[in-house]
Amino acid sequence: MSDAAQPEAVVDERVKEMSAFRKSLIRPELGGICGTVAVFVFFALFAFDSGMFASQGVLNWSIVSAQFMIIAVGACLLMIAGEFDLSVGSMIGFAGMMIAIFTITAGWPVWFAIIVTFAMCLAIGALNGYIVIKTGLPSFIVTLASLFILRGFTIYLPQTLERKTIIGGVRDAAEGDWLAAIFGGKILTGLFQWFGDIGLIGTFERGTRAGQPVVDGIPMLIVWAIILVIFGHILLTRTRFGNWIFAAGGDAQAARYVGVPVNRVKILMFMFTAFCACIFATCQVMEFGSAGADRGLLKEFEAIIAVVIGGALLTGGYGSVIGAALGALIFGVVQQGLFFAGVESSLFRVFLGVILLLAVILNTYIRRMITGER
Amino acid sequence: MNASTKPIIEMKNIEKHFGSVIALAGVSVDVFPGECHCLLGDNGAGKSTFIKTMSGVHKPTAGEIFFEGKPLHFDRPRDAISAGIATVYQDLAMIPLMSVSRNFFMGNEPRRKVGPLSFFDHQTANDVTMEEMKKMGINLRGPDQAVGTLSGGERQTVAIARAVHFGAKVLILDEPTSALGVRQTSNVLATVDRVRKQGIAVVFITHNVRHAMAVGDQFTVLNRGKTLGTAKRGEVTPEELQDLMAGGQELATLEGSLGGTV
Repeated sequence: MSDAAQPEAVVDERVKEMSAFRKSLIRPELGGICGTVAVFVFFALFAFDSGMFASQGVLNWSIVSAQFMIIAVGACLLMIAGEFDLSVGSMIGFAGMMIAIFTITAGWPVWFAIIVTFAMCLAIGALNGYIVIKTGLPSFIVTLASLFILRGFTIYLPQTLERKTIIGGVRDAAEGDWLAAIFGGKILTGLFQWFGDIGLIGTFERGTRAGQPVVDGIPMLIVWAIILVIFGHILLTRTRFGNWIFAAGGDAQAARYVGVPVNRVKILMFMFTAFCACIFATCQVMEFGSAGADRGLLKEFEAIIAVVIGGALLTGGYGSVIGAALGALIFGVVQQGLFFAGVESSLFRVFLGVILLLAVILNTYIRRMITGER
Repeated sequence: MNASTKPIIEMKNIEKHFGSVIALAGVSVDVFPGECHCLLGDNGAGKSTFIKTMSGVHKPTAGEIFFEGKPLHFDRPRDAISAGIATVYQDLAMIPLMSVSRNFFMGNEPRRKVGPLSFFDHQTANDVTMEEMKKMGINLRGPDQAVGTLSGGERQTVAIARAVHFGAKVLILDEPTSALGVRQTSNVLATVDRVRKQGIAVVFITHNVRHAMAVGDQFTVLNRGKTLGTAKRGEVTPEELQDLMAGGQELATLEGSLGGTV
């Protein structure tokens, strides 16, 4: 706006001027940013000598945070679009189990098993969305039903086919598989070997792995988390589709009136949530080499908590993927940090509850300032 | 005003039945460009059903619609919007949690290509929004200000500006003033006047005769799914309109006891 000839707009005397600093603070992620800083300061003070901030410790809480991030991105976009998915945890168990059954029981190549499983999960996600749209029922109820149905199959299928609830041996089957490496492999191994050689990170001193660095690369799980967070953030804030996500969750009817394909947006977001759950499951199966019937229990709530800490509104139409990622980071750091700090692990929930409450109070306050809610 | 020009929309004997309920029983209305056509009626008179037929939400059970002289068939509201018929709904015009610029371009997002990808062009969106808001006399703190921080009248004005910006030839306003205070109402009525002068046909739905008289060129009264005729400005008094809306009898007897306050 360099046009000096244009008359200045008359300043409304009732609109308060806001300083640039204050303006830069007022953003949906603020609660998440404050929480992250608080958590890191806390553990730097109380657990600095415990190895939490050594390379192995960092990898430890990074992996846990990345797991939360993967499902939080899906849950975040779906929540902004105005819907819930309570079947995330069951979907993780189900997807992992299907990969194991396809590879071990059916003997399919691992890459084929993974692709078929992804297709199944996307179809189930689409079905969830379709039922929600067509019946007009709350997604809470519809996905609660999926939670039980999928979990039921996850327990029933391995018991019937293999007479056990944990199917192992996937790691041997996945040896050398190109697609399995994308989920279970590690990147930058050469770089980390070099870090070990120059003494930047510790190396094993004895045993079969003597000379190798204690952290030998970045697991693909973390790479997936970063990719999903960046993808989700750009999709939400920088694309037309992102505007539709906000609109669908903000007021579906108003959005429909101006021609936003609300139903399509919502169904696609259910599919994306299922996709994220499936990535989580595949990484987990490749890491453990097995699938268990109880995998992914309660993950849906952990995802929702991370999203809410990150500043999203439970009723939709407002939120941030970066915030959700920070929420996931807080979650991961607290869970692992308390272990490093030697705190009784049952106190994890107390700590988490307090953070959740504080973050949500702060977020509500910020949101009211931004949106003029009363 | 434009008596010689052709109507942009002709609605002929529109009927709409919902199951056994007859919501519209043969309503005919002509809307001319550059004119404000006021559609008056009490609650349940069929105003909403009528405009929803016009904007493609409902298909008429019987009757014909001509748009610029050609018969018209809308399957979805989207078709009506691309044809140039925009509707601004009373409380569903804007999404309060979203910024003014995101609201303004909702469903019509400007895009910028970067290689094979296309992104929301925030720069264009923000510039156009600020420009349009200035024209309408609304001072924004910034284009990223949330609509929730605007007053009801400002929200209606933003919605009207949006419809005009995206090339509406016919603007349907569903009770834009019914929830507003005095000053906000006059702002919205001034906006209607400005839009009309650009040659856009305005269909203004209200049950407030004074608001209708302030901007209307033609007046059609709906009562129990039927029209009681269309009158031009100057041919009808507010009292007559009021009586027509109420069906003629009840209000006449009330008039005395209320002392003309309705």
